[in-house]
Amino acid sequence: MEKIIYMDHAATTQVRKEVLDEMIPYFNEYYGNPSSIYYLSNFSKMAIDKARERVAKAINAEKNEIYFTAGGSESDNWAIKGVASKLRDKGNHIITSKIEHHAILHTCEYLEKLGYEITYLDVDEYGMISLDELEKAIKNETILISIMFANNEIGTIEPIKEIGEIARKHNVIFHTDAVQAVGSLPIDVKDMNIDLLSMSAHKLYGPKGVGALYIRKGIKIDSLIHGGAQEKNKRAGTENVPGIVGLGKAIELAYAELEENTAKLVELRDYMIKNIQNRIPEVRLNGHPTKRLPGNVNICFRYIEGESLLLSLDMYKIEASSGSACTSGSLDPSHVLLAIGLPHEIAHGSLRLSLGKKNTKEEVDFVIDKLVTIVDRLRQMSPLYEKNQEGK
Amino acid sequence: MYSEKVMDHFMNPRNVGEIENADGVGEVGNPKCGDIMKMYLKIEDGIITDVKFKTFGCGSAIASSSMATELIKGKSIQEAMQITNKAVAEALDGLPPVKMHCSVLAEQAIRKALLDYSKKTGVKIEGLDENEFNEDDLHEIEVED
Repeated sequence: MEKIIYMDHAATTQVRKEVLDEMIPYFNEYYGNPSSIYYLSNFSKMAIDKARERVAKAINAEKNEIYFTAGGSESDNWAIKGVASKLRDKGNHIITSKIEHHAILHTCEYLEKLGYEITYLDVDEYGMISLDELEKAIKNETILISIMFANNEIGTIEPIKEIGEIARKHNVIFHTDAVQAVGSLPIDVKDMNIDLLSMSAHKLYGPKGVGALYIRKGIKIDSLIHGGAQEKNKRAGTENVPGIVGLGKAIELAYAELEENTAKLVELRDYMIKNIQNRIPEVRLNGHPTKRLPGNVNICFRYIEGESLLLSLDMYKIEASSGSACTSGSLDPSHVLLAIGLPHEIAHGSLRLSLGKKNTKEEVDFVIDKLVTIVDRLRQMSPLYEKNQEGK
Repeated sequence: MYSEKVMDHFMNPRNVGEIENADGVGEVGNPKCGDIMKMYLKIEDGIITDVKFKTFGCGSAIASSSMATELIKGKSIQEAMQITNKAVAEALDGLPPVKMHCSVLAEQAIRKALLDYSKKTGVKIEGLDENEFNEDDLHEIEVED
């Protein structure tokens, strides 16, 4: 394969060698079904147990509060549908935000069809929800608050601890989609009053197809997947043992190296943002300047469209993503960029570069050099740019 | 996802730019939807002697504009009127179904530039109707692929 510059870590990450090494024996050596009672299966059982302990430790939970799933989307679906169905006699109102991942938004839209009422909180220009508005939205029928820990597109980190306090005060269950946060930000479910938390392994250098839902002791939710007695009767299906092992190892490594990685990424991120802003006119940083994920750079380039930007970058094997409509298959640009108040035409020109462990300053410099050329080329072709220059 | 031809016309677009004192200029699309095409025509004795474009849009919008200019350059007005979105897409070795509207935009840009020429000069062009350019409908147009 040609050398690529991968700057799409918010989409997925490469499985780390240490993680892969630990997973491999569980494909072909210790392949026993963990539900079986014989010798071979003890290895799988022990492996799952160890992974559960590692995941729990990473977010300051108890081991028996971690339930393995097939990924972030399943965890989100389970949390929301599980609470909605369990508490349907208590109330039918759920509070979430306009910038959630589609795994949350589309699940909520599905529940609306079933008669639930959903409040979608607005966010400010940085993508922050308002705690006042959250508290005002709570009513007697409110059974769940689901607010993401950090946004996947613009990287904004929500005031999770304060949201948790409000939820606890009003005795409402608090779920957070922490898919982008786990492995990148310190998380303490006890201190932050989190009742339910979704995570996914492949965002933190683990494998795809595995995740977990943290369910605080005492919180009762209905199952999503019915069948066998796995995961204490709460999540059926033979466990993805290699995947679970991978999640355990990946999360342990991520938190062992958190400080060092964060420092490196924040420096690289801010360097990249500053240099793009210095070298390319009429750009806009999306998201919060400081309360943002360590590796997230999200910038709009006026007068050009995101997909053509991505295609041009891909010519240099620079891999990134965009909130443009043309990359989503719909006509509207990203719901997140619209929610922070960007007009459609500017939202179409967004670029997300999500940095990871292996990215270097040299790569960042190379990407910025190419961006300068590409943005200029596309602007020269754009009738919007021409109009704007005439106006000056 | 794109053919080599689309990528070639995206990376090396033909006829980019503007024509000063063009005989016909047509702009279609909408920045809200993420694409605008502007086409400039130079017409002499019923022949399109020069054509240029500017486009804000995705890769296939830029490639469709570029291909459309190649298809009509040197052709008569009547020949240009025969260029359909399908012809543009086929000349690009196909477009993904979700991108077919880009070829529709290219067809519309040609027609709108011709309409402008017709209005400026009083030359009647058969088959052109001012009401066909409702931009809100553009994305709703049923396209053959």
